[in-house]
Amino acid sequence: MSATRPLHLAAEIGGPPRYDAASHVALARLAEGGALDFVTLGDSFARPGPDALAVLARVAPATSRIGLVPTVTTTHTEPFHISSAVATLDWVSGGRAGWQADVSTTEAEARLFGRRPAAPASALWQEAGEAADAGARLWDSWEDDAEVRDAATGRFIDRDKLHYVDFEGSTFSVRGPAIVPRPPQGRPVTVIDGTSGPAREPAARYADVVHVRATSPEQAASLRDDLRRGAAAHGRDPDSLRVLVALTVDLGDAETAPEPGLESGPQLAGRGTYFRGGPVDLAELITQWYQGGAADGFHLTPITPERDLERIVNGTVALLQHRSLFRTFYPGGTLREHLGLGRPANRYAPARTPEGTS
Amino acid sequence: MKQMHLAAHFPGVNSTTVWADPRSRSQIDFTSFEHLARTAERGKFDFFFLAEGLRLREHNGRIHDLDVVGRPESLTVLNALAAVTERLGLAATVNATFNEPYELARRLATLDHLSAGRAAWNVVTSSDAFTGENFRRGGYLDRADRYTRAAEFVSTARELWDSWAPDGTSRPFAHSGRHFEISGEFTVPRSPQGHPVVIQAGDSDEGREFAASTADVIFTRHGTLEAGRAFYADVKARLAKYGRQPDDLRIMPGVTVVVGDTDADAEQDAAEIRRLQVSPQNAILALEQVWGRDLSSYDPDGPLPAVDPDPGSSIVQGRVRVADPLGVAAKWRALSESKGLSIRETVIESTVRQSFIGSPETVAADLEKFVATDAADGFILVPHLTPGGLDDFVDRVVPLLQERGAFRSEYTGSTLRSHLGLAEPVWKG
Repeated sequence: MSATRPLHLAAEIGGPPRYDAASHVALARLAEGGALDFVTLGDSFARPGPDALAVLARVAPATSRIGLVPTVTTTHTEPFHISSAVATLDWVSGGRAGWQADVSTTEAEARLFGRRPAAPASALWQEAGEAADAGARLWDSWEDDAEVRDAATGRFIDRDKLHYVDFEGSTFSVRGPAIVPRPPQGRPVTVIDGTSGPAREPAARYADVVHVRATSPEQAASLRDDLRRGAAAHGRDPDSLRVLVALTVDLGDAETAPEPGLESGPQLAGRGTYFRGGPVDLAELITQWYQGGAADGFHLTPITPERDLERIVNGTVALLQHRSLFRTFYPGGTLREHLGLGRPANRYAPARTPEGTS
Repeated sequence: MKQMHLAAHFPGVNSTTVWADPRSRSQIDFTSFEHLARTAERGKFDFFFLAEGLRLREHNGRIHDLDVVGRPESLTVLNALAAVTERLGLAATVNATFNEPYELARRLATLDHLSAGRAAWNVVTSSDAFTGENFRRGGYLDRADRYTRAAEFVSTARELWDSWAPDGTSRPFAHSGRHFEISGEFTVPRSPQGHPVVIQAGDSDEGREFAASTADVIFTRHGTLEAGRAFYADVKARLAKYGRQPDDLRIMPGVTVVVGDTDADAEQDAAEIRRLQVSPQNAILALEQVWGRDLSSYDPDGPLPAVDPDPGSSIVQGRVRVADPLGVAAKWRALSESKGLSIRETVIESTVRQSFIGSPETVAADLEKFVATDAADGFILVPHLTPGGLDDFVDRVVPLLQERGAFRSEYTGSTLRSHLGLAEPVWKG
């Protein structure tokens, strides 16, 4: 692999449920101070907590560079609404939006809506992939220059540059076009946790960033290779995929020494792999795994956000920056630019020359 | 003295927005929303109001391209505006037909928390299969079920908002009704306002009844003093049978205002704005919406068509249909013939008329008169320019209203309910 491939770092700012704006803003600003690619905010209908996309919309004007990636579940929500809300997050943040697609598998969640029974994860992940696909088509359904404001003909838009998506999924259909004009990034960044079997296929096919949980660099590298092969099989350039290792980190009070017995690496726990140690140990682990080609970067979930995120930024990230492994400032403005991902061409737009026709 | 309430509507997808004006900026960039919201807050307005679109309008089977097309999603914009405002209420129009109570109640409660008690929901409904083509639910819901679903939707949302006690303990909810059969636990504690403010827009008999039983604010369209008084008396009288007091519902018509240095200047500006709102292309389109026929070969500066409207036509999709095309056509024809008006002039005369036109003194006095004589409790201002359309009103009219004691000079509370003078709802655990 290329030695010049940049390292990507992201952090979760959830934790115990909080409903005020100030605590979320403080954490996002802290992460922005470390020039992290993006922050995530987990969400689920199954446990207390605010609507994550709403929180990150509230955070957007209070930050200026950091990417904002709320979890959005696709099982009980209308795909059309999801695409509108995520596109709007991109508009209000000036091109810093992403979304982490997730599914709601439990009967308890199904009863909150009363529309359909719980379904197996495989069916729900297929649907999540379709929601991502429909969303991307809706984001493309306006060409970038569709708004013409042509006073001579009285036309606000050129309707030939708006497109019906006519999407037929297994559980929903969408006519289109979108209500929201194409967002600043063209398509906001789609993130999927691709560790579990049913999520792997939609992740390889539709995600820009894939999180994987792994207890060893070999396992991470294997998952990454698998995802890249899957992407290629779907006609994608594997280099358009960023695979980040998901780590739950407890930087505790330890300054350097990892928890006895865990020196060899992180352990699998819950939705992330659990790492306990000091900020320097975390920097060492990131350096080794990254340089060994296990991942494009890391998604860190601090176990106690206020304490551990501060240690990540001022300890781990500062050290990685000192080693010239991680950026010290944002060279670009959008999340896609942080991730080194191009702005997608519009699938509906014919290739036009500057003169206007192909 | 009865003080008025004021709200600002972001001008967007409607034929009053003059996008061709050189002062017109983006309809979608956050800076436009921020400018208008900050202006409204500078003017001590009660709230900022966003409309909703769920399907692009069509005309003759093609996407309508003459007015502003496209807009961002309301709740997401309002959450962002909560970061750049401190007191202003934030009202989102969200459809009760193509959403589910659990998810929407949660999004509204989240906005109320993140804005420290400034959230409002304008409940609208749709029976439109055309709009339904973007949703799983589709278009099956018939007209008669629109308001029964909306009413049950709002009461279910309030059950969810009440499922956390004010002391912060959560209790399971179970709702079993005609439209919703749901149970479980809500994920958001009781929000700063208890319940976000509920707004209802609509003028039908069902709409009035729904507002009287359920809403905190009703958004109407009554331009004249007489129509306003009649509506006001009717709706306020309906409250008693739901055990509510007249002060439990605020009646706020949507109005347009043109302010000039003198009354004559304002009249002249108003006439010019109407011409900009009704372009030649828009004049033909307005005629087609009544006639239900393709009239693209007609000259907008020429006379009205000699043919009669096609009353069975569905030439327009996604916007309110003309209820009585034959009657409207007869009225327009009579107007055109008696005054010698062209198509465009007839449409201008018939479809657009600013509500309040005049010098700052005239406008302030007229607004005050509406409120003092019970034609309204306040107004939702619909400017014709984005984003500077409120600047004149806030700079020139608001100070006069404040001098007269007809409008607040400072916010006295921090929540939208406090601005509106509405009590916090009693917790029904």
